[in-house]
Amino acid sequence: MAKKTTPQLDFNSSWNYAPAPEDTKHINLKKQYELFIDGKFVKPAKGKYFETINPANEEVLAKVAEADETDVNKAVKAARNAYNNVWSKMPAAERGKYIYRIARLMQERAREFAVIETLDGGKPIRESRDIDVPLAANHFFYYAGWADKLAYAFPNRKPQALGVAGQIIPWNFPLLMAAWKIAPALACGNTVVLKPAETTPLTALKLAEIIQESGLPNGVVNIVTGAGKTGAAIVNHPDIDKIAFTGSTDVGKIIQKSIAGTNKKLTLELGGKAAHIIFEDAPIDQAVEGIVNGIFFNQGHVCCAGSRLFVQEGVADMVIRKLKDRLETLIVGDPLDKNTDIGAINSKGQLETIHKYLKIGKEEGADMYQSNCSIPKKGYFCRPTLFLNTSQSHRIVQEEIFGPVLTIQTFRTVEEVIEKANNIPYGLSAGVWTDKGSKIFNLTTKLRAGVVWANTYNKFDPTSPFGGYKESGFGREGGMHGLSAYLKF
Amino acid sequence: MTKTGINRDYSHTPAVDQVGVEERCARFATRSIKKETKVQGLKLILNMIDLTTLEGKDTEGKVKQMCYKATHLHDILPGLPNTAAVCVYPSMVKIAKEALKNTSVKVASVATAFPSGQSTREIKIADTKFAVDHGADEIDMVISRGEFLKGNYNFVLDEIATIKEACGKARLKVIFETGELSTLDNVRRASEIAIDAGADFIKTSTGKISPAATMPVTLVMLEAIRDHYYKTGVMIGMKPAGGISTAKAALHYLVMVKETLGTAWLSNEWFRFGASSLANDVLMQLMKEATGVYQSSDYFSKD
Repeated sequence: MAKKTTPQLDFNSSWNYAPAPEDTKHINLKKQYELFIDGKFVKPAKGKYFETINPANEEVLAKVAEADETDVNKAVKAARNAYNNVWSKMPAAERGKYIYRIARLMQERAREFAVIETLDGGKPIRESRDIDVPLAANHFFYYAGWADKLAYAFPNRKPQALGVAGQIIPWNFPLLMAAWKIAPALACGNTVVLKPAETTPLTALKLAEIIQESGLPNGVVNIVTGAGKTGAAIVNHPDIDKIAFTGSTDVGKIIQKSIAGTNKKLTLELGGKAAHIIFEDAPIDQAVEGIVNGIFFNQGHVCCAGSRLFVQEGVADMVIRKLKDRLETLIVGDPLDKNTDIGAINSKGQLETIHKYLKIGKEEGADMYQSNCSIPKKGYFCRPTLFLNTSQSHRIVQEEIFGPVLTIQTFRTVEEVIEKANNIPYGLSAGVWTDKGSKIFNLTTKLRAGVVWANTYNKFDPTSPFGGYKESGFGREGGMHGLSAYLKF
Repeated sequence: MTKTGINRDYSHTPAVDQVGVEERCARFATRSIKKETKVQGLKLILNMIDLTTLEGKDTEGKVKQMCYKATHLHDILPGLPNTAAVCVYPSMVKIAKEALKNTSVKVASVATAFPSGQSTREIKIADTKFAVDHGADEIDMVISRGEFLKGNYNFVLDEIATIKEACGKARLKVIFETGELSTLDNVRRASEIAIDAGADFIKTSTGKISPAATMPVTLVMLEAIRDHYYKTGVMIGMKPAGGISTAKAALHYLVMVKETLGTAWLSNEWFRFGASSLANDVLMQLMKEATGVYQSSDYFSKD
């Protein structure tokens, strides 16, 4: 019998897209950023600054103040003062007006926010423009509406503000996470001390500028920049009533330990290693899109990324083949280019972590496949990567990589895939693809994950609660559930 | 016994998720196409057009004019290609063939009681043979949508296979009239049936029903073509027809082909636009790229 050759599709067309880098002339970036405390930009007590760079070309974007304990203390005092004297006394409808104003200002300056988000974090402009910034504004709009309706959200439970909230956010969605934290806190009547991540502080500081412009009473929102030590100063400050943290599970555990025995309320949104499950009756071509969106969105720097793919054995070859072909059409490169699908890895440290896992995966015996795309010489980039023939006991399957790396396993029965999907310390999200509604409902009740997407992935909306099970954290952000994290009853 | 000897169960064809298809299509429209990329794309589009006139009022004179246009799109601008084909009713095939002799432009004829397809098998065969005998290089047939919607899939399969036989050497394009099929699942099912029955091309619409070609419908058909290619290595052509009247929309279709099927399909051998007004919009864009300014539509010949 003649050897059958597999027909190959060729995506190396001579007709290529025109580069379309977004203009950066219209943005307004200062050389140096100060701390935003009590409605004013103030220099840090010790006068220390750190640099924030553009991960796509390793150039310095700005110097940013580093807050120490003295600065954090100042910020907490300002927040407490604003809470006691202004914010807690203001009628709720008035609070709502300020939040609406912030939302509108953010929409007006959406382009500038999008470009800065992309410059500072490396995410493609398509995502910052179409997802991060509009969603962030929507969070403010949504929670502004709740400000004077809390009694209706929790009937007969007399909801009351907590006081001062200390909020620490990650580098993967800098502006969006700031919105997720600040909007519900303000709507519930709290004041805020927020610390953005040290690699991506710029959009939070731009947010400080529009907060100033909005006329929000001084001290209601304070933004202090810095690294882990600054965060620790917030967590350990005695006059803070609530800590909200989004970030790694390791740091989350440290925070939980350090506030044990205090009266501080806590919500944690931590890591994940989501199961993305494709049944053989799924709409395969759309499922492949879902897989791509699930793991390569924001370079895989997504806590709810669908990083563990489970494909039913009967369609595994077809799904993998289609996935490989789809990888060839993904464009990796300049995050400011509108054509770019996958931008820059957020930092050198993160790129090293990803490379470490690629090495581990190969050593564990999994088959690594990367797309053939070219990547820029300068900056931190990683080709979209698949690991085939992985098993549940591989470290690359068990640990969160936080990069564009997908591990692929096959499964045979529904029971098997539920067991494997849940067999992980994390439980933030999951995805299910099948044409059969009953199968979806069966799985959604059995998967131990805070969010389960059916026949789609990575869909976010301010009205929808988001949060994890197990080591992915506790508490919910978004929707009515997100209010209760900032209230006492 | 059916013509194909197959009696297949088409009640379970691969699932299609409409929301996912629409999301994917939206992404095609965000690719940046300008300057050299745009000029290259626009010329490719011109070369993929089946310049079409399918009206009751068509005359020999009108068809002759259109045939001249197919080979002289806009002579003031050098370096333009011909269109891929002209598409006419069977009664006009002879005129078109004569007008286009010694050119690369093919003559396509609609057949099988176009556009409704509401006639007998015998008449459809005769219609096809008439067009082929008069020199048609390509036949654009319509499927019996009524039979399809009744679930009589093997009737449709058999019908297509029969017409394919009547075509002889002419390439067969099978029109689904997707605007009447109602769901993307049906579009996928029709694609499977047509490809199994021997279609050389699958085509969205007659242009007589709205909606005609849309990006989601075209994507579903391209995916069926891709699956067939994966399985067999055999290429099938695609022709969206009707409703694509702007250069910008046509460029989005090219992006879709490029990212779904790849380079091999980016030629008029495997991809066509069925359109009458598209050519002039493309020409206007090309003149704009060449001169820097938009010109009045009066500078572009209508037929």
